[in-house]
Amino acid sequence: MYKIVKAEKLADMIYLMDVKAERVARHCQPGQFVIVKIDEIGERVPLTICDYDREAGTVTIVFQIVGASTERMSRLQEGDSFKDFVGPLGVASEFVTEDLEELKKKKILFVAGGVGAAPVYPQVKWLHEHGVEADVIVGSKTKDMLLLEDEMKAVAGNYYPCTDDGSYGHSGMVTTKIEQLVSEEGKKYDVCVAIGPMIMMKFVCLLTKKLDLPTVVSMNPIMVDGTGMCGACRLHVGDEIKFACVDGPEFDGHLVNFDESMERQTLYKTAEGRAWLKEKEGDTHHGGCGNCGGDE
Amino acid sequence: MADILKATPVREQDPKVRATNFEEVCYGYNKEEAMDEATRCLNCKNARCIQGCPVAINIPGFIMKVKDGDIEGAYEEIGKSSALPAVCGRVCPQESQCEAKCVRGIKGESVSIGKLERFVADYALENNISPKKAEKTNGHKVAVIGSGPAGLTAAGDLAKAGYEVTVFEALHELGGVLVYGIPEFRLPKDKVVKKEIEKVKELGVKFETNVVIGKSTTIDMLMEEEDFEAVFIGSGAGLPMFMGIPGETANGVFSANEYLTRSNLMKAYDNNYDTPIAAGKKVAVVGGGNVAMDAARTALRLGAEVHIVYRRSEEELPARVEEVHHAKEEGIIFDLLTNPIEILADDKGWVTGMKCIRMELGEADASGRRRPVPIPGSEFVIELDTVIMSLGTSPNPLIASTTKGLEINQRQCVVADDETGQTSKAFVFAGGDAVTGAATVILAMGAGKAGAKGIDEALSQK
Repeated sequence: MYKIVKAEKLADMIYLMDVKAERVARHCQPGQFVIVKIDEIGERVPLTICDYDREAGTVTIVFQIVGASTERMSRLQEGDSFKDFVGPLGVASEFVTEDLEELKKKKILFVAGGVGAAPVYPQVKWLHEHGVEADVIVGSKTKDMLLLEDEMKAVAGNYYPCTDDGSYGHSGMVTTKIEQLVSEEGKKYDVCVAIGPMIMMKFVCLLTKKLDLPTVVSMNPIMVDGTGMCGACRLHVGDEIKFACVDGPEFDGHLVNFDESMERQTLYKTAEGRAWLKEKEGDTHHGGCGNCGGDE
Repeated sequence: MADILKATPVREQDPKVRATNFEEVCYGYNKEEAMDEATRCLNCKNARCIQGCPVAINIPGFIMKVKDGDIEGAYEEIGKSSALPAVCGRVCPQESQCEAKCVRGIKGESVSIGKLERFVADYALENNISPKKAEKTNGHKVAVIGSGPAGLTAAGDLAKAGYEVTVFEALHELGGVLVYGIPEFRLPKDKVVKKEIEKVKELGVKFETNVVIGKSTTIDMLMEEEDFEAVFIGSGAGLPMFMGIPGETANGVFSANEYLTRSNLMKAYDNNYDTPIAAGKKVAVVGGGNVAMDAARTALRLGAEVHIVYRRSEEELPARVEEVHHAKEEGIIFDLLTNPIEILADDKGWVTGMKCIRMELGEADASGRRRPVPIPGSEFVIELDTVIMSLGTSPNPLIASTTKGLEINQRQCVVADDETGQTSKAFVFAGGDAVTGAATVILAMGAGKAGAKGIDEALSQK
């Protein structure tokens, strides 16, 4: 069992938890992820690592409710436990193994969307601790949905919040902010790291391709085991098929086939939604709500 | 006994009924049937069946005990060589191993050794008979990577010899392929696998789940920081292969590993569990091995019409005869001499069909089997919503890539000695699918035994 030492609601449907998992805390690096399973009947849910404390042996996760398992996870309190917590999985961000002197010469731009702020944070923090100040754009629908603002401000070079509804910071999509920084303000970046919903990463990549700005993305496809065994997370990167769990999750965004990956993400959408509604409404939900299509 | 040349028949669930449930197909013998069948054993002096067994169980020895009604004694006899008899009695290919060598089988049907083993093991599980454990530990710590058949066997043998053994498992459940790969209807999880693993625990073996060696820690760290003196790698062959044809990333194309893991490990067939499975209404399973049969029979039970698509003919099917027979009885359709060339999808990326080409058998190839050759112009389309690729697996590179000085071959398999399991790295041993590529449960167990012996020799000379 893996004990929750802190549980916090960050925004609507979004939760943060510090979990005691010593082996993971000892070895994890920015860019890696874990798989958590709440109990016997729960799904194996892949989550990027948001932070870690090697001394305390804890790992911070942030998740959004998307189905039955994450809904039940959201109800866990400090002192409760996850049945399973495995990792660190995947390959660490490339800069972790780069020559530090070379790295210090680089200008890096991070672009986070929604819950993507969680995996971006440990990367920016790692760079900050190694003397590299990176710029960070964080986008969300509204000010209330903006995650980890104080934490991010503390480790970022320049910090640029954006909201779709204009309630805070730059008004509009993260892509318009990138264009503003690069085209209007003449900022020069060597690399961009974009993490967020696939649709956001796709449009960031379309733009950075035009701007000739190399871009790394972190893919979050459907997974089961997370160790290379099931192949559910396969995606096209250029002409090659890669498994996000062992070859990624980070890839060259200019080579990823986002359209295909987005189609693959819809595979269990109805099933997940249905399981969640069952969880929420119990036997009172028998379909026919007009949205779920009901039972076949 | 009516006819000494005929084996005592075993009771099975009716094919029509079992096609709709996940209950075990075969009921196994009861004590009377087992004792009856045991009388057919000739108790050969030079027992060839033992040579046919990868873990060299004293087969006539345990069968004679069954004949006398001493089932506990029979279990003790098997326990000297095998840690997982209830598993092996169910999934071993006896027809090509022990039973193939049975002298009784020259004129009539071989003694049903597998069914007898299963009876003895089930009896021991039901009556809580414990295996014999070591009197005291010898203070040497050994790590075993993977809790599948190879790892469990190595751990069991080492514990019996007095070692302090810890098994590290990457998944949340113990058992490896026994829990994620082989379906409930062929190998019940709670009734058989879990209980048999409990027996290994009773020997004093410790287990730690959710540890991915190569990620959560490494072999070098286990030896340097956690004081393990030797390591046995039994990590299996887990990476699924795909065909490399167009359309394989479409929605509705799965590896057999994914399909089976969802259904077996995550229990997606049970509505009480959260993990979903896109079961499919019309399913093609590409491949002809035991895993293909398992995937096909799982899809059938989830309500699909299922086709096995295999490029050679029935004779070359690599699956066990019993599995093919059961699959046919249940209504699986075999499209033989057929090879997929493209998977077709609609504009949303969902599978709509599979383009195939008919094959004929040509000259024998390197494997000694006649090579399948496409018949030009014979392309046709099968309409489908689901394709399950069951083309075999290769070893996971996570361990090899993070262990200094561990030699692997071109097929990504760990190089290890057959007799001892010794790898290129001192005090590191390996066996099972990680060494051979995908094979059988019993061969992995044989390799686990060899590795345990190799470790015992190495550490006692230290």
